[in-house]
Amino acid sequence: MTQDIDPITLAVLAGRMEQIADEMDATLFRAAFNPIIAEAHDASHGLYHPQSGDTLVQGKSGLPIFVGVMSFAVKSVIEKASKDGNLKDGDIYIFNDAHLGGTHLNDMRLVRPYFNNGELFCYLASVGHWHDLGGAIPGNYNPEATDAFQEAFILPPVKLVKAGELQTDIIDILMRNTRLPQSAQGDLNGQLGALDLGVKRLDELLSEYGPDTVKSALNALQDRAEILMREELKELPDGRWEAIDYLDNDGVSDTSLPIKVCLEIKNDTMSLNFEGTAARCAGPVNIALPTAIATAYVAIKHMFPNLPANSGVMRPINILIPEGSLLSAPFPAPVGGYTETILRMIDVIFQAAAQAAPERVVANAYGTINALSISGKRKNGQPWVMFSFYGGGHGGSNESDGLNHGNAPISTATIPPLEILEAAYPVMFRKWALRTDSAGSGMYRGGLGATYEIEVLEENGAKAFLFGERGKYAPSGVVGGGNAALNVFSYEQDGGWQNPPMTSKMVGINLKQGQSVRLDTPGGGGYGTPSKRPPENVARDVAAGYITAEKATEDYGSAWQEVTI
Amino acid sequence: MTEIIIGVDVGGTFTDIFALNEKTGTAEVTKVPTSRPDQSDGFLSGIRSLVNNFSDLSVVVHGTTAGTNALLERKGAKIGVITTQGMRDVLEMRRRDRPKTWGLRGNFIPIAERNCRLEVSERTLADGTIRTPVDLPSVRKAAQELLDLGCSAISILFANSYANSENEDRAVAAVREIWPNSHVASSSEILPEIREFERFSTTALNAYLQPEVSGYLNRLEKALNTGGFSGEFLIVQSNGGVMGVDTAAKLPIRTALSGPAAGVIAAGYIAEAAGLPDIITGDMGGTSFDVSLIANNQSMLSSQTSIDFGMVVRSPMIEITTIGAGGGSIAWVDKGGLLNIGPESAGSTPGPVAYGQGNTRPTVTDANVVLGRIDPENPIGGKIEKLDVFAASKAIETHVGDPLGLSAIEAAEAILRVANSRMAGALRLVSIERGFDPKRFAFMPFGGGGALHACAMLDEVGLAKAIVPRYPGVTSAMGCVIADMRQDFVQTINSGVNDTDPTVIFEYLQNHVREGHRALDAAGTNFESRVTSFTFDMAYQGQTHTVNVPIYINVNNQVVAVPSLDQISNAFDLEYKKTFGRLLENGVRRIINIRTSVTGKRPRFDLATLAPKGGAIKQAFKGTRSVHFGDQWYDTNIYDRLALPVGAIIPGPAILEQPDTTVLIEPELVGRIDDYGNTLIERSKL
Repeated sequence: MTQDIDPITLAVLAGRMEQIADEMDATLFRAAFNPIIAEAHDASHGLYHPQSGDTLVQGKSGLPIFVGVMSFAVKSVIEKASKDGNLKDGDIYIFNDAHLGGTHLNDMRLVRPYFNNGELFCYLASVGHWHDLGGAIPGNYNPEATDAFQEAFILPPVKLVKAGELQTDIIDILMRNTRLPQSAQGDLNGQLGALDLGVKRLDELLSEYGPDTVKSALNALQDRAEILMREELKELPDGRWEAIDYLDNDGVSDTSLPIKVCLEIKNDTMSLNFEGTAARCAGPVNIALPTAIATAYVAIKHMFPNLPANSGVMRPINILIPEGSLLSAPFPAPVGGYTETILRMIDVIFQAAAQAAPERVVANAYGTINALSISGKRKNGQPWVMFSFYGGGHGGSNESDGLNHGNAPISTATIPPLEILEAAYPVMFRKWALRTDSAGSGMYRGGLGATYEIEVLEENGAKAFLFGERGKYAPSGVVGGGNAALNVFSYEQDGGWQNPPMTSKMVGINLKQGQSVRLDTPGGGGYGTPSKRPPENVARDVAAGYITAEKATEDYGSAWQEVTI
Repeated sequence: MTEIIIGVDVGGTFTDIFALNEKTGTAEVTKVPTSRPDQSDGFLSGIRSLVNNFSDLSVVVHGTTAGTNALLERKGAKIGVITTQGMRDVLEMRRRDRPKTWGLRGNFIPIAERNCRLEVSERTLADGTIRTPVDLPSVRKAAQELLDLGCSAISILFANSYANSENEDRAVAAVREIWPNSHVASSSEILPEIREFERFSTTALNAYLQPEVSGYLNRLEKALNTGGFSGEFLIVQSNGGVMGVDTAAKLPIRTALSGPAAGVIAAGYIAEAAGLPDIITGDMGGTSFDVSLIANNQSMLSSQTSIDFGMVVRSPMIEITTIGAGGGSIAWVDKGGLLNIGPESAGSTPGPVAYGQGNTRPTVTDANVVLGRIDPENPIGGKIEKLDVFAASKAIETHVGDPLGLSAIEAAEAILRVANSRMAGALRLVSIERGFDPKRFAFMPFGGGGALHACAMLDEVGLAKAIVPRYPGVTSAMGCVIADMRQDFVQTINSGVNDTDPTVIFEYLQNHVREGHRALDAAGTNFESRVTSFTFDMAYQGQTHTVNVPIYINVNNQVVAVPSLDQISNAFDLEYKKTFGRLLENGVRRIINIRTSVTGKRPRFDLATLAPKGGAIKQAFKGTRSVHFGDQWYDTNIYDRLALPVGAIIPGPAILEQPDTTVLIEPELVGRIDDYGNTLIERSKL
């Protein structure tokens, strides 16, 4: 039973607690060794419910996907602790098992119970993407993995700290299982530092306001988030809407994999039912159940961006993930390619929601992270690996055309400058440009995808692999908007340019010095009927070279030709 | 002939003038409305209101928002770009980011239109090798095409030009032959640093500003000269130093944060004089609260900033963090029943409800008005005669009180508590991000509104004291008078320490030093001293984030000593350990960039000049007013702040008023006027 809390204290505490999570983020970003955390902010922190593990408060600077997924890490620790029956003040659990905590094995999760006067008050958690955790491939992105053991070292929830005493044995095990122990040690210290800061700030807050007031505030904030969500849902029409989209294949066999959702709104509740989605597959496009639930949350937060990041928001929402589907793959199914699958989940949720509430969603973004690796040996025998993700267009909205060359909806990471890549690896970008004719047409068109053409400069040649999607099924427009262009991957051989048999997935491409690979990434889908686009805007796009005259006439008719700009 | 130094800060609403008479040791300040669209009218009339004859002026230093405004309002020139084959979209593709984390909405229109970005055949590789020499006939053709398209400034942006600028140099020379004005620059001239988007963006934004800003500065200089001025005319840079007007006309991008930087410089100087080495400044404006941190008398520099989404400027700037909690920020209750402040703002027009200019939604200022903290009969700024307390109260009741079940007064207190809590959050976060405990800092509000919230910062963050400068409303203008002349240089090296030829580094540094001194010489002033400092951006091989390492290299008579590689390695180890606690075994140390700054120290003026002369508390006493704190009304003494004598002790609750600022001293706190006329606020000793 929540004691009533006055609205002023509540508003102040809402900010104070969010700040604790933000300060934990800042602490880790500053201390982390590896740039994936320090610069790309692939990390997150928050406060979680002592019994349910639900998200109470989450920092604002971490990656979007973590906002939904962290509570699963805490829930796993709660289960483990209750089974063992030995939870103590000063304990800290650590694990990376993606089937328990969601996402992938690079994400190291630390969970710390927070006690106040001997009573468990809440949990604090920290997650950060470590550079390397063993496995077959440095950096752990293994497109050929058929189980999790080939992806990385797997640690289930264990106590790293027992009642304040650091278990150095655990650290020894971890450091023996990474190719980059210094980096891992730096990140671990940063995460421990962030948890320490969280404890210190909670101590201050509780002594200032008293645990009962803070507890009431936490409960009240969940309740209010729930009310906010229900109010938003009430404004939407009741009904059922379906959408289906496909993954090209799982990288092992060339069979398309449907992802299907049925979105139902009834008064102030919503359900998302993924019945009809493909069954578990052999390749790494499976995801674990926590990841699927978290993804639904990411999609909802994109539709209602002002909602707070706590689990109250999810109370009116029912998510049904069918058993045996690739959205709830059991251990030890490989999950390294989870990004492609969750991007497609977000796409279908948007497609369904666009039918219900077209003003709430944008058209589909480019929908693949295009993980491209080019590697080889230099003349002096030194190995090199250039591994990066590539961008594409965002969907149009009811306010504007989509963004050209954006990052994936599940991430906020930026792309390295080509000069940094050329300085570090024996490659040269022949082209780094927007891709003409890649955007979906519409009253508001999609943003443009990109063309990256990369030449190998090394005498010894190089090997390339790509893990991408959207080679067969284009990013979708909404509300009558057109689809964007497909993802096209090409590579140069003695006989000329070739394309992989499995469209956007291929390993073992051999390149000679002077040969290139080329990525033409999708744009975003269009929003609204193309005929509603003002001809001036079409003419301006033609003049800028965003679209060719032929495609403009095909998509929008010939009215634009009459316009002088 | 007298020796008057003038500082002019042109803000959005007011142009502030600070005049220091070095002979008599007196200072005068004034505010005039900023003129639009041409800010030079306000600039000149402001100076004239203090000084009759421009020939009495020895130095005029200007903090300007002309550049910032042109960037934010997208009112720069039509510019053309000539770039490497295959790369014309770099400016538009950015670093693959997005405007907002959540919502996936919004797009980006680059400042150079796509048909004005032309490609030519040329290519330099990362190691500096020229793979394809630049095709000069197509460069000339492209330049002509851009002229025909109506471009008035042009940027030459080639890949890897930081490693070898030969292709760019040849192209820029060819363009200069045919381009009708001086608004031509290559990326390696503006910023010879690795990372093409950041370098191109900085160069293109510079071109975008050049016609407008150089025109504005030339007009000002001409008008000053026509009025008989024969002294130096200097412009404040975002790094907190000043530069000559010729440099500013060539590098207007360095003025992007000119005004706020000057404010932080003044704040640092005032705090140092007052014996407070660690302060956090807070500038509260109409829509935002700008926070900056000074530790050990050093303001923090950031190496780059985004003026707006996708508009990245890379050059050293005083680090300023902004949150959307200003006086005009709107208080509202969401559908879940939670009180929020901002991000929506009523700004200064229409402004708070109390201004009676059409806004009906309550703001932070309205809460201050309703609680009696601002005098409704004498509003700051003199734009409005009288504040409408009733309307403010009604708005607070309707939009905040009723939904939360609070009276108007309770609701006004609630608005302030939430706003203060957010401002305190910003203070805590800037210190944590820099690895400092926030409690070691004193808070220094400046700008018109900050001093109303200073006491709350003591409470919320646990700071020991706040210090309110004597003239908080004209801090930036004062900073203009204080700032040293400073030139920053950068060059990318990007090689392992042990693979680096020290003479190559030496040559770059020597060039930097020579150019830096040339700029100081050109300013035609005597500096008290000149200081050269070097820092290297370094990292272990494989890391992309760098550590800025101070390197001590002897400079004798403007001649740089050749650095030793051991010295560089040791300096890196020292700094790395300080930052990360431990070194990387077997790590390969790399030098990414080398940076030089050449500073000419300008004569300091004695802050005691500003201190009150004589006066008595009794004479400063203006009467009492009912002011609400916590849950009750207090009979609160009101003082004329500028009439209070040095050493005056004013126990709270009290309000100190001056024409452009209200200082609030809450109950349980005490204010003291220090030797410089600053007001120090601390907890009363029990």
